[in-house]
Amino acid sequence: MTVLPKDVEELLQAALVAELTVIDSHGQPVTYPLIPLYDGTHIFMHSSVLFSKKLEHIKKNPRVSVTITDPVAAPVEPFRRATIQGDARVIEDDLHSGWEKTILPLWVEKEPMIAKLVKQRFAMPLFWERAVIQIVPRRVFVWQDGRTQSEPRVLDIDSAA
Amino acid sequence: MARSTVHDDALLEDVADFNHAVLAFVDTEGYPLNVAADFTVDKARQVIRLAKPSGPASPASGSNVNVTFSHIRPQPGVGYDQRRYISIWGRIEVAGDSLELTPRRTHGWDEDRLSFFELCERSVPVAHEYMRKLSTERGEEVKPQLSLGWLIFLATRVPFLTATIVPVLLGAVVARSHGFSAWWLTVLSLLGGCLIHLALNVTNDVSDASSGADQANVNPTMFSGGSRMIQYGLVSLSAMKRAAVGLYAAGIAIGLYLAFTRGWELLWIGAAGVFLSIFYSAPPFKLVHRGVGEICVALGFGPIMVLGTYFVVAQRLSFEAFYASLPVALLIMLVLYVNQIPDRPSDEKAGKRTIVVRLGKEAIVKGYAVSVVASYLLIVFGALNGIMPAWTLLGLVTAPIAMQVYRALDPNYNNPYALMSAMGKNIMVHFGTGMLLVLGYVLAVIF
Repeated sequence: MTVLPKDVEELLQAALVAELTVIDSHGQPVTYPLIPLYDGTHIFMHSSVLFSKKLEHIKKNPRVSVTITDPVAAPVEPFRRATIQGDARVIEDDLHSGWEKTILPLWVEKEPMIAKLVKQRFAMPLFWERAVIQIVPRRVFVWQDGRTQSEPRVLDIDSAA
Repeated sequence: MARSTVHDDALLEDVADFNHAVLAFVDTEGYPLNVAADFTVDKARQVIRLAKPSGPASPASGSNVNVTFSHIRPQPGVGYDQRRYISIWGRIEVAGDSLELTPRRTHGWDEDRLSFFELCERSVPVAHEYMRKLSTERGEEVKPQLSLGWLIFLATRVPFLTATIVPVLLGAVVARSHGFSAWWLTVLSLLGGCLIHLALNVTNDVSDASSGADQANVNPTMFSGGSRMIQYGLVSLSAMKRAAVGLYAAGIAIGLYLAFTRGWELLWIGAAGVFLSIFYSAPPFKLVHRGVGEICVALGFGPIMVLGTYFVVAQRLSFEAFYASLPVALLIMLVLYVNQIPDRPSDEKAGKRTIVVRLGKEAIVKGYAVSVVASYLLIVFGALNGIMPAWTLLGLVTAPIAMQVYRALDPNYNNPYALMSAMGKNIMVHFGTGMLLVLGYVLAVIF
């Protein structure tokens, strides 16, 4: 069973870029462009240890928001925009290969070339040491026409599921 | 946080290039909320005006917000290009149907201003800090990993062994052309030479880590900037020191065996090679810091290795072997010379005053041309005057590649990644020319 409305799932499946916003130690929002992955229950994002500030922010405050906004990076017809608020968990038990078990198949589905690049990880060893961000969706905002000045459809995920 | 590429004095002009903004704020329930917004730039008032999102997705006036402008173009099957984003923090004020942001703080990345590879290198301290904290949380050391095979391969920089293979084979074929042959001794010489060479590579990494030259280098390439094993935390400094000692011990043991069995004259040649190898970068001499690294490399991977192998096989020395080593010596010197071009800012910072650090761009490019022409003239002169067989003129075949390297130096002098192709070709010039000289001697023996 999936937890998100079909139109949002379609957007997540198509998107190669989304914006993840986390809250830093000063209580300020910080936004990172990342590729979103979705397994029907959780949204997954991931981060190299090279760019791990976001992981530290999430470990201190797990509340996050993911938005898909770019019609070029998320080509769906008709175009729509969505924001998903949720609670995140950083999975960092095995930085070297844990993420390969958790998210590599989903990532390769979107970016087939990743399978080849992972085999060449010796060329950029730190880049491929990665943690996974697992997000449980709590609330979804959908702008059916993509115009965020119009009223969004708002769904609490329990009712959406 | 890695270095920002945002030019604050041109912030509003740069922002105007993006298609839309992503407005992020903390909502009344304590969750961040991010939402797309159209925007315009008001240069006169130095504010960014955002179209106000509808009710629940709009922040209250006076809120601290983050507004991000992102442009990343997925290229199916390739990855991404045109990657750039600008993040701005500031207070938002409601003005009718708009929200006005006055920028207070910025951060961002534009791959046209800072390459992805350099961004990664500049972020290495972030990775170490993260793993250090994780180690504290877990009560056990968390460090990056690679398979043992890759660690050995990368830490010793095995691909550079072409610099040893060429002179050892050249010494052996010159000896063969003089009627001397001993394949097992050639193999042993090659093994000994390779071990000393790998020890040199590891010692150089240890020295550059100790002096800070490799840490300061944020533009390493596959040909320059060291193996990075120490900087990435994959191998400790002490493990690298132990590896260097082990490799030197094994190489010297082979050298002593060869000297014992073939003649003690070899001891002097071997001792000179080991001395140059160790003190190329190690204190107290640090020869490479004194601007004589190129000469050391030319001597070590030229006359010393060619004459050493010749002596092992023939049990005597030869002027022809010495002469044949000269073009190879010049070309291996040029490998180091070109590979040092991208390293020069970090080398200079660490007090490693190589020739490339000491001289200007024009002199360096001219120096390449003069040296490479000299190496080919040595081949021509040697072949025409009967010092070397006529077949060794085959070595000239690589001249067009050397010309390509020369032409690439000037335009790519300040761009390490653009220079990579020339660095690769320059190694081919040495290896190709050297192996063609070897082939020339083989053909001279056959015909």
